[in-house]
Amino acid sequence: MSPFSPMRISAGTVVTALGAGLGPLRAALQERRGGLAPCSFPGAPGGIWAGAVAGLEEAAPPPDLAVYDCRNNRLAELALRSDGFAAAVAAARDRYGPERVAVVVGTSTAGIEQTEQAYAARRPGETELPAAFDYGHTHDLQALPAYLRARLGLRGPGLVISTACTSGAQAILQAASLIATGMVDAAVAGGVDSLCRMTLHGFAALELLSAGPCRPCAEDRDGIAIGEGAGLVLLERPEAAAAGPLLLGAGASSDGHHMSAPHPEGLGAVAAMRAALAAAGIAPGEIDYVNLHGTGTRANDAMEDAAMHQVFGNAVPCSSTKGWTGHTLGASGAIEALIATICLEAGLVPGCLGIVAADPAFRSQVATGNRAMALRRVLSNSFGFGGSNCSLVIGQG
Amino acid sequence: MRAFLSGVAVFGPGLPGWAASEAMLAGTAPWTMAEALPPVPAVLAPANRRRASAAVRFALAAADDASAEEPDRAALETIFASGNGDGAVVGGILDALHAPDEAVSPTLFHNSVHNAAAGYWHIAVGSTRPSLSLGGHDGAFAAGLLAAMTAAAHGRPVLLVAYDTPLPSPLAAKRPTGFAFATACVLRPDPGGARAELALRYLAGPLPAAAPGDALDALAEGNPAARALPLLRALAARRAALVRLPLLEDAHLELQVSPC
Repeated sequence: MSPFSPMRISAGTVVTALGAGLGPLRAALQERRGGLAPCSFPGAPGGIWAGAVAGLEEAAPPPDLAVYDCRNNRLAELALRSDGFAAAVAAARDRYGPERVAVVVGTSTAGIEQTEQAYAARRPGETELPAAFDYGHTHDLQALPAYLRARLGLRGPGLVISTACTSGAQAILQAASLIATGMVDAAVAGGVDSLCRMTLHGFAALELLSAGPCRPCAEDRDGIAIGEGAGLVLLERPEAAAAGPLLLGAGASSDGHHMSAPHPEGLGAVAAMRAALAAAGIAPGEIDYVNLHGTGTRANDAMEDAAMHQVFGNAVPCSSTKGWTGHTLGASGAIEALIATICLEAGLVPGCLGIVAADPAFRSQVATGNRAMALRRVLSNSFGFGGSNCSLVIGQG
Repeated sequence: MRAFLSGVAVFGPGLPGWAASEAMLAGTAPWTMAEALPPVPAVLAPANRRRASAAVRFALAAADDASAEEPDRAALETIFASGNGDGAVVGGILDALHAPDEAVSPTLFHNSVHNAAAGYWHIAVGSTRPSLSLGGHDGAFAAGLLAAMTAAAHGRPVLLVAYDTPLPSPLAAKRPTGFAFATACVLRPDPGGARAELALRYLAGPLPAAAPGDALDALAEGNPAARALPLLRALAARRAALVRLPLLEDAHLELQVSPC
């Protein structure tokens, strides 16, 4: 088996703070209009901003799947209803057979927000959780692929990957690998992650949250704005689906350095980018734009700039789009893979939002305004706690 | 999909490491139920060893034992699979969020990621190779095996680690786990030094009911990682076997085990 077999992205959908579907995200990128707002999530730390998704109250699962109801699965449900995605998957299911379509998705929190509600619903002095709380269909990581699989009528393998903020990108890589083995013919892949008190308070405890909208690559950047969302793609072999961009390559690595601090020279980031380029069989100069992980923390953005410079010099424009969506954690790799498809289609380099100029210490070519230019291939980076790194190369179909 | 299995490890009730457990698994020595105490992963630096949770200790001890004969452990990709993840860490954060001051420990938070055990392993052995961490509820072992066999099918040697520990109260009442259990093995595309060859098929149907077994077989139901027991027992007895592993409520893996 060849090290990497390209896959067609024959359908895709996205849900972010900009709205449900690719259209609102594309318009916001072109108009340079972000989706972050002061955080009104119940029980969140004070004085922070977030990228919350509107409309979840209307996105309950169908009645026969009501056991799966939680914020995370509502984000997934909203994604299925957008961009004709559920219909595209149904067509693949009918063409290949339901047992030949896998679900491989990433999440860092799954439905832990449901557990937080169950904890909060206890009366003073009570320890037991409410009888109606269903751990397995909500909090459990497997609840996400189980819901998608049931909702889409699929019978292929259902896997969940949870590697912190690379989960969505790793899931796309793993889905492509699974199709290449011949076990399945198509896969629903991507990531979903939802706002919850655990991540908001956890990042606050690490002093990594920004005081306003996050400003990746700014000299005075002050941290992350947490977002939520979903990004899903339908992957098929290139010859099986006529239209759509291509996943040309993917690569992963580990830092083996520290649990939450990135390697200062970006050793793991460089390894992931080079592995993705090697999998695609292309040289760094054949990449036209890099969508950075770009969280807006001091350490991540400095590390990523060093890694970018090592791989690309200053020859390739790069930017982070987290100023629009916030950092959607386990969904970010998948959402940004879909942003890459928007950029390819629109011929757009979306410069970092909310900054005038990049940190003068940075040596890579950070774009700060939108540029219109034909793009053939985009590289998308994701890095996460535990030292996990994953890069995807997405190109014109 | 095919792969060759070399090193293998187990830590569970009355199963304190592969060397001490092999005869019990093979059925040539008696097995008795005993509490599964968190093993001491020699691979961890002493400071990290003291701080490590039970889940991390079980996972890393199994990873350490299964890869002990490897000339270069840092060269192995890794797959970590766990249904519950680190319940002590997540439970601690949930308790903290619902205490009056809402103060979450930053260390607990960075240890709450599902790939924390994998992160500690890659730091301990100095490995920059790719790593995946999977959930999978009761099918976590099969999910990890499927991902590991996928890596081997692409020509890459891989260390598979499956581990689960009981969740703390009050989560335990909603998600019971009988005891702690961890297992690990090294899979590679080539047969050099292998103990067995594995051939895997995915079947879109529920696991067929198994014939009643002995007390050790019955342990499989008590922990997602212990679902590996039919494979571990075939490996210990060095016998050919057709092993069925639950993956999803309506799907399972069929694994042909052939001793080398």
